[in-house]
Amino acid sequence: MAINDVIHHLPMTATPPDWPGGYWWHWLFFTVVLIGFVLAMVMGAIYIERRVLGRMQSRLGPNRTGPFGLLQVVADGIKLLLKENIVPSNADKVVHVLAPVVALVPAMMIFAVVPFQDGALLADLNIGILYIVAISSISTVGVFMAGWGSNSKYSLLGAMRNIAAVVSYEIPMVLAIVGVVLVAGSLSMNDIVLAQNIPFILLQPLGFLIFFTAGCAEINRSPFDLMEADSEIVAGFHTEYSGMRFVIFYMAEYTEAIAISAIITTLFLGGWRGPLLPPWLWFIIKVIIVFFLMVWTRTTLPRVRIDQLMALAWKFLLPLALVNLFITAVQVLVWPDGLPWLMVVINIAIMVILILIWSKLFKLGWGRVEV
Amino acid sequence: MKFERFGLGILKGMTVTVRHLWRHPTVNQYPEQRLNLSRRFRGNELTWDRGKCTGCATCAKSCPQGAIEIVTATNLADNKYEVEKYQVDTGYCIQCGLCVEACPYDAVFMGHAYERARYRRGELVQTNDMLLESPERPRSGYFHPEIAKSLPRQTLLVERIVEKR
Repeated sequence: MAINDVIHHLPMTATPPDWPGGYWWHWLFFTVVLIGFVLAMVMGAIYIERRVLGRMQSRLGPNRTGPFGLLQVVADGIKLLLKENIVPSNADKVVHVLAPVVALVPAMMIFAVVPFQDGALLADLNIGILYIVAISSISTVGVFMAGWGSNSKYSLLGAMRNIAAVVSYEIPMVLAIVGVVLVAGSLSMNDIVLAQNIPFILLQPLGFLIFFTAGCAEINRSPFDLMEADSEIVAGFHTEYSGMRFVIFYMAEYTEAIAISAIITTLFLGGWRGPLLPPWLWFIIKVIIVFFLMVWTRTTLPRVRIDQLMALAWKFLLPLALVNLFITAVQVLVWPDGLPWLMVVINIAIMVILILIWSKLFKLGWGRVEV
Repeated sequence: MKFERFGLGILKGMTVTVRHLWRHPTVNQYPEQRLNLSRRFRGNELTWDRGKCTGCATCAKSCPQGAIEIVTATNLADNKYEVEKYQVDTGYCIQCGLCVEACPYDAVFMGHAYERARYRRGELVQTNDMLLESPERPRSGYFHPEIAKSLPRQTLLVERIVEKR
């Protein structure tokens, strides 16, 4: 089997190794579990987001359907399922229909390499994080297909903004990942978790901030949600979508949010590692904490303009990510076995100084000062 | 050096939002909880007092919308007017309260009720006994301070912030 060339070890499989079918039982088990996990987490995420958002804005959020409004997501889903699927008469029909699937599938494929426990993952690729970087960009193609196929100016504007944002923010995001990879010494997600005796958020605080910001921008979360800015361009790329196709876009959005939370958990928060509780529970708790952080920033910060978005990526995050990468490389080369807690203090100090300097230098076009 | 431009501003904003998370939301769960309205609320359910009304039709003349229709007949035996029909099309009512102010015999009051939704436009027209005061159609204190005194004080949403849950 060619797939065994890529998988370098399988410490935990779902079935005994002497079962007929070998790896495919593992594949079947984890595929079903992962799809179930993603769907459940998406429903939970939508509920958490709406409730927390409501409470932070002095509202209650959905509380009518079921106990504490838990069934609101189900009710919304059923409502949208029963609605008419409208395809605009001038739309490019094939592209229009295909776009939601192209947006959703890569987001779900990210979970294939996210470890829930030591070795408990669909495919322990030795290039796991590279695979994530490669696969997560494909969602953008789906978004652009939606923008182009709808034949609507709002859709196209939203999709083009999305592409501009994703292309720009991919670079600081990958550079932040490289810092983690340097410290961990491996591209495999499982090995990165195993390397975190101290969570990398302490060893790479600047990398965490860069990754969090760039990740939020990648998946269109507020304050960077100007690709679906409802006060400017109706709903961005999914303006012309209704019914089940809209549900798939909605799911894709939250799947990506959960995926970014899972990646941040794995790279920076020590993944499934933690005392007392079972590892998978630790993983889910950490994912929810990171998602809560995203909701928190979403409530707090106003939407940025497109020039601010671009300037933040190219003038702020990219140089910071490069400097961070350089400093990390020097640290890994010079003190490979340096005292970890000393490095934590040094790195946090470096982060504070760098952010102060770059905030001072940060200017929008023509040197205007306002941020 | 002002640190608001160096990331402190974002942190300040985030403390504001997280403090709201622990505060009671300033909302009203409508069908279960109801707020007391202002005691001088001008609801558009007009309340009519048959005993005090002399059928002078001052209210009908003062109504800028012409929403009040009044038909009187002469009762020769008692030597007085009798109101045969007092009809208000509340669909036209703009809650200006001019009829209440114009009435020389204090026979008309603004209503204090507010659940006025109906399924048909015809149901908005209220005639004779439908206009009388009842527990479902209390009088408002508008233009009548003595009624306002007896009504419960208005509840404000601000008072709900201190509520614990």
